[in-house]
Amino acid sequence: MAEKKQKKFTNPFGTVVESLYDLFDKKAPRYLLMTIMTAFLIYLPLSSSRFTQEIMTNLFFYVVVCLGLNIIVGFAGLLHLGYAAFFAVGAYTTGILSSVYGVNFWLTLPFSIIAAVIAGLAIGAPTLRLRGDYLAIVTLGFGEIIRLTVRNLDITGGAMGLIGIQRPVLFGIVLNQITHFYYLFFILAVIAIIVSYRLHDSRLGRAWEYIREDEDAASAMGINVVQIRLYAFIIGSAFGALAGSLYAAKMTAISPESFMFIHSVMILLAVVLGGMGKIPGVILGAIIVTLIPELSRDIGQFRLIIFAVLLLILMLYRPQGIWPERQGISTKL
Amino acid sequence: MALLDIKDLTLRFGGLCAVNQLSLEIEEGSIRSLIGPNGAGKTCVFNCLTGFYKPSSGDMVFMGTSIMKKKPHLITHMGMARTFQNLRLFKQMTVMENVMSGMHCRTNAAFAGAVLRTQSQKAEEKLIREIAEECLDFVGILDKKNYMAKNLPYGDQRRVEWARALATQPKLLLLDEPAAGLNKEEKARLINLMRRIRDERKVTIFLIEHDMGLVMKVSEKIFVIDYGVKIAEGTSKEVRDNPRVVEAYLGKEETEDAV
Repeated sequence: MAEKKQKKFTNPFGTVVESLYDLFDKKAPRYLLMTIMTAFLIYLPLSSSRFTQEIMTNLFFYVVVCLGLNIIVGFAGLLHLGYAAFFAVGAYTTGILSSVYGVNFWLTLPFSIIAAVIAGLAIGAPTLRLRGDYLAIVTLGFGEIIRLTVRNLDITGGAMGLIGIQRPVLFGIVLNQITHFYYLFFILAVIAIIVSYRLHDSRLGRAWEYIREDEDAASAMGINVVQIRLYAFIIGSAFGALAGSLYAAKMTAISPESFMFIHSVMILLAVVLGGMGKIPGVILGAIIVTLIPELSRDIGQFRLIIFAVLLLILMLYRPQGIWPERQGISTKL
Repeated sequence: MALLDIKDLTLRFGGLCAVNQLSLEIEEGSIRSLIGPNGAGKTCVFNCLTGFYKPSSGDMVFMGTSIMKKKPHLITHMGMARTFQNLRLFKQMTVMENVMSGMHCRTNAAFAGAVLRTQSQKAEEKLIREIAEECLDFVGILDKKNYMAKNLPYGDQRRVEWARALATQPKLLLLDEPAAGLNKEEKARLINLMRRIRDERKVTIFLIEHDMGLVMKVSEKIFVIDYGVKIAEGTSKEVRDNPRVVEAYLGKEETEDAV
């Protein structure tokens, strides 16, 4: 060690080589890869068709909602079957404020988050004492209740839904092109990824993991299990609501059919498929769930069947998901 | 006043009385043991103390406050930590992360701190790591901090549990059969460790143990229970000579008349 240090001082060339090693050590290639990917995704709309941009925008939307659900299902280990209800809450909050009251789109976002927090508390506070299956049933019911409520209220436009949601305006530009929304959803996805990583590597993230591993031991360590779970529920709901608000602005029209049970299932599927709790895994899951049906359009109706078979095979041979959490560490030591 | 004062504690499961009118006191700075035959209700007493079971009647006063209706996490927050009879580590996490869990109740960064990486959050994370490392060093397995908990040998897993309990910075440490599954050498180290915990960290220790040799060596006072009832208390010698204790462990001596 001491010898190495000496070399560093006496040989300037050696220092350069060593610092190059440092650069490519562990984190550097990852950052490099991320930079290249980000650059590519920023450049993509300049040279691609509207169709590609549409699919990519949809993908970013899925990344956000999947990461939101991942906080609930992956981080905190709570099975949630009614997640679409939360982006319905966001979409309808923005939709009503914008089309009925004419509120600026950006100002509807805080209300959207507040509505999601209230909805999250309403469903979470009484039910988070339940375990596993019971919670899944309650969330499933909740998802349907929200959908049927918006279908039957006047203010939500009933079964017809809401139309005439205003386009957002940013720096004097009306966001009405698919390219605009491509970038908007891209930024939201990047924020969702950063927030997910930071939550994962925090006191809160660890607390979720402790509870998931052993609830009793966690509470013996002074962790308030119900409160920490409620945090997961609320934060995950807020992710969904934000994505829902942007979705409403992009579509300018929303209807109860945009928030069916099947959407909750597809999002959950992406999370489980990719690997619960593992952020790159969940992104991969979102990519698979959005891209495979698009890429296999040629085979028509059979694509869903093939998709289902693929899923069955995967769940049989790799139930922990494609890219699960902790696989690296557990084999290393 | 005693650190922990249990008065007439009773725990019933339906018709079964697991703990019956139990009263005992733990003085600050002492090492006390609770012994008794299998199924005597020792772990039930611990589960009542830490809030996992709700006692039917009686009172438990810890540091001047009743903990009868308190939730487990609040009791830990007040300064009572425990280990489990069957190891309850977070198996899929590293040793370091396991011990860091103990600091959860002494810190308070939440969503905003985590997402914005505020100055106070960073300072707190640093403190959590420092304390966790210090606790691991104290029990002597700092060099294994990056191992997965489940990959450690049994004796080391026990030590992770002690470190984790110490990281909650307790006043009173409840050890549920800490010597179970340890070899002779590890037991000797455990006795030494318990004394160091008491003397260097000023933590009072209350333990359940089956190994009589260890109990007699380490604790100044022993409580004996059988069928949830306290049948004796005193020094190791007093307890050993108590006929009721002998009876509970070995059965009643039958006289010729009774045959």
